[in-house]
Amino acid sequence: MAEAHKILVVDDDPYILLSLEFLMRKNGFDVMVARNGTEALDLVEKQRPDVVLLDIMMPDVDGYQICTHIKQTKHLQHAHVVFLSAKTKETDIKKGYDLGASLYIGKPFSTRDLVKQVKTLIEA
Amino acid sequence: MSNVGLILVSLGYLTLLFSIAYWAEQRKRQGKSVIHNGYVYALSMAVYCTAWTYYGSVGRAAVRGIDFVAIYLGPTLVAALFWPILRKMIRIAKTQRINSIADFISTRYGKNFSIAIVVTLFCVAGIIPYIALQIKAIAESFDIMHAGRAAVIDSSTNWFFNDTAFYSTALIGFFIILYGTRSVDASEKHEGLVAAIAFESVIKLVAFLAVGAFVVWGLFDGPADLFEQASQQPQNASLFTLQGGASGYLGWTAMIVLSMFAILLLPRQFQVQVVENTSEQHVNKAIWIFPLYLFLISLFVLPIALAGNLIFAETGTSADHYVLALPLQADKPLLALLTYIGGFSAATSMMIVSTIALSIMLSNNLIMPALLSLPAFRNAVDTSIQKTILYIRRFSIIGVLMLAYFYDKWIAHQQSLVSIGLVSFAAVAQFAPAVLGGMYWKQASKNGALWGIIAGFMIWFFTLVVPSMVSGDILDTTVLTDGLFGWSWLKPFHLFGDSGMDYITHSLFWSLLLNTGLFCLISLYDKRNAQEVYQAELFVDINRFAGVQEQASTWRGTAYLPDLKTLLANFLGKDRAESILQGYARRNQIQLDQKQADPRLVSFSERVLSGVIGSAAARTMVQSVTKEEEVSMDEVLNILHENQQMIGMNKELRRKSQELERATRELTRANEQLRSLDEVKDEFLYTVTHELRTPLTSIRALSEIVFDNPDLPIEQQQEYLGAVIRETERLSHLITQVLNLEKYESGRQKLHLNAIDMGEVWRHTAEAAQPLLREKNLTLHWHLPNTMMLLTADEYLIRQVAYNLLSNAIKFAQHDIHVRATHNYDEWQFTVEDDGRGIPEEELVLIFDKFFQAKNQTLQKPEGSGLGLAICRKIMDMHEGRIWAENRPEGGARFIFTLRTDRN
Repeated sequence: MAEAHKILVVDDDPYILLSLEFLMRKNGFDVMVARNGTEALDLVEKQRPDVVLLDIMMPDVDGYQICTHIKQTKHLQHAHVVFLSAKTKETDIKKGYDLGASLYIGKPFSTRDLVKQVKTLIEA
Repeated sequence: MSNVGLILVSLGYLTLLFSIAYWAEQRKRQGKSVIHNGYVYALSMAVYCTAWTYYGSVGRAAVRGIDFVAIYLGPTLVAALFWPILRKMIRIAKTQRINSIADFISTRYGKNFSIAIVVTLFCVAGIIPYIALQIKAIAESFDIMHAGRAAVIDSSTNWFFNDTAFYSTALIGFFIILYGTRSVDASEKHEGLVAAIAFESVIKLVAFLAVGAFVVWGLFDGPADLFEQASQQPQNASLFTLQGGASGYLGWTAMIVLSMFAILLLPRQFQVQVVENTSEQHVNKAIWIFPLYLFLISLFVLPIALAGNLIFAETGTSADHYVLALPLQADKPLLALLTYIGGFSAATSMMIVSTIALSIMLSNNLIMPALLSLPAFRNAVDTSIQKTILYIRRFSIIGVLMLAYFYDKWIAHQQSLVSIGLVSFAAVAQFAPAVLGGMYWKQASKNGALWGIIAGFMIWFFTLVVPSMVSGDILDTTVLTDGLFGWSWLKPFHLFGDSGMDYITHSLFWSLLLNTGLFCLISLYDKRNAQEVYQAELFVDINRFAGVQEQASTWRGTAYLPDLKTLLANFLGKDRAESILQGYARRNQIQLDQKQADPRLVSFSERVLSGVIGSAAARTMVQSVTKEEEVSMDEVLNILHENQQMIGMNKELRRKSQELERATRELTRANEQLRSLDEVKDEFLYTVTHELRTPLTSIRALSEIVFDNPDLPIEQQQEYLGAVIRETERLSHLITQVLNLEKYESGRQKLHLNAIDMGEVWRHTAEAAQPLLREKNLTLHWHLPNTMMLLTADEYLIRQVAYNLLSNAIKFAQHDIHVRATHNYDEWQFTVEDDGRGIPEEELVLIFDKFFQAKNQTLQKPEGSGLGLAICRKIMDMHEGRIWAENRPEGGARFIFTLRTDRN
């Protein structure tokens, strides 16, 4: 089996982080977690994940900014960005896709669907 | 000082005037008028203060004491009446495009030619000596500056090329022509000119105050010292008191009356106050600024006069020269130069405005009507007439100044400054019955005004001008001693026997008596024509017509539009005429494509033309291109009556439409409010759902994990389910808060007011918060009074406030929390303090907004619902109390709320 895919989970809600970490690890990913935007930017540089599960509303750096950084940096732009957000207005979703996200999933979401969608992403 | 130096300074000053005028005209072109300003307006009125005021008042004060004050008191008294009188004059002049005092009088009395001519000639006769006086002042001050002392120099032997007065006059003439004859329409504003005049008013005031201050505090040891020394000089004794007796009190009254009329009727005052006025509102400012100006400029007159009497005693120095001689004597050349410039500005400003006013009168009321009465000239009128008018004005300006210059050479050097000024005042006072009577008395008739003015002027001429001709060796002295033709009742200083009045009072008394008498008597018995009746209505009842007057026309007859158009185009230029006509037609809904002209258009054209060639000539010109029908008096009165009714209806209509407008505005505003309220509500809902989604996400994810992974260790299951329970609590807390807030904001929550003890409330709150306190190991310190803290409030709601604040403090506190209560007058103030990290200054107010933390990304993730403080504020609002947050100087935050004790 090839090396496990690296996945970075970014959210400032501890329980969401807890559940996503468990879920992804159980499905064979190499999981890293970030509790805020700054940590996320740091980990993106150091670990170069294949997938980033990204919350938008965070105290320091918001998800949009992180996505922009990933998509505009040459050695990072291969990563799939999946927004997980309670912001469900159409304009928010469009903005997410415009910034280069692969998926935009509204909260609350089904964990089973999320796992399936992420797997489809990396296999494609 | 050298001749060249002085000439350079004078030239430099004139150049400055040119630049100011140029600048003002530029600003006007950019739409930023300088003279459209109450202060500039009031300053331009100070053209009243001429070289006569500047040098002559001191001269008079040195001989006659404080009676010079009368010259300032008159205008000051009239200033109080500016609102009723001056504003009315401005209104009348604006609606009828009147541009001089002569035009004003002639328009009032049916646009009559003869009265316009008489008034113009009398103005010229009365004002030319006054202008001459200014030239004399310039020349004398120049000579004094040159000599460095107040020597008696006879400048009448200097002619033209070696005469400084000549050069000054020529330059001033050039200035007037440049800035005074820009437009053929004399009712247009002379922007640059007025700006320059206002500037000159500042200069002369500053200069005079500087000399005054120098004399009082530089030459003497303050006013007390000066007056002390002066009182020891015997000849000064009479200067400190008003002279009693018939001549004293009468003379004093006469001077005041004279100057009261002067401020309203002098052509230059009419020019700056009425013709150049840009807004009635400016009169409000002038009412207090102008008297203030007069007060300031008269402040040092007596001190300078006394100082002059002391310093120049027995030297033969003329008191008219004290102002300039004092700084020269004290060897202060720069101050002397400033004084000279001040006097120069006083003289030039008067010359400029008087000359422009006279030249407009001459061209509009004398020369143009005369030319236009010649059929040959009238029929040859084409567009070149505009140039002709401008040239006529320019030659009038040169003519006026030349006359003044020669007058100065021949006669003026024998009289003191003040006497010429008063003679001039007495001349224009003759217009008082015709002007004031015409503004307030409808019965006043043309013949009354005309004969009154003529009679008044004859007396004026005989009592004031004839004596000066005697002293000028033109007439034999027997006229003075034995009376005209040897008739003893015709002595110029003692008409109809000896009265004991001084010569000015004497002249004023007899001239005004005869003038007013004839004016009233003839008016009472005179039969007025329709035009007179019409104008009388418009003048006296101007306030009833103002605004709608434009639509009034009593003209009846046949007129053809092309003729009218050509007429206007000749005098105004084709484009201007076209745009003026179209503007008027649009405003009054008149068709311009018909051949026959609307009567209103005829009246309007006449008004426009009167701005260019005077009202009487304008009337002739319009008559020459139309067939006018005689209108009976009854018809005129009917038309006027209808107009007044129309005004009434218009007012009603206007009121209705204003109401409608207001209603529309309110509707729009209400609509906008609703929309923004909607937006606020949407925003709130969005934030609420967002806040609900976060705990829901965790709950769903964690329970799915437990459900999908039955083999999960029991500890982990416990951990996940515990989190689910906590998130559910958070969720239900949030929902309660949202519902509460919604209830309070909608006003559905009724206040259950009871007498409550706040001590009890705090005890309850502390009990409820006990577990949280213990969990964080915090100490709660009470600073409450031992007495009951009674107030009227809704206990349930106040408990929420107390609990929210306390649990907030628990969230942020490190070790200690303090709860304090103090009583101030009629309110209790409660404070909850923590020792946490405090609140950024800029957020102290914002934190009371709903979901402020959630919306503000720079903050930590919200703890709690994000609605606690918003709810607190709402509850305090309902109790008419206040709540706010502060940072403690020693660190940590402090929340304070107040409740009134006597609320019912």
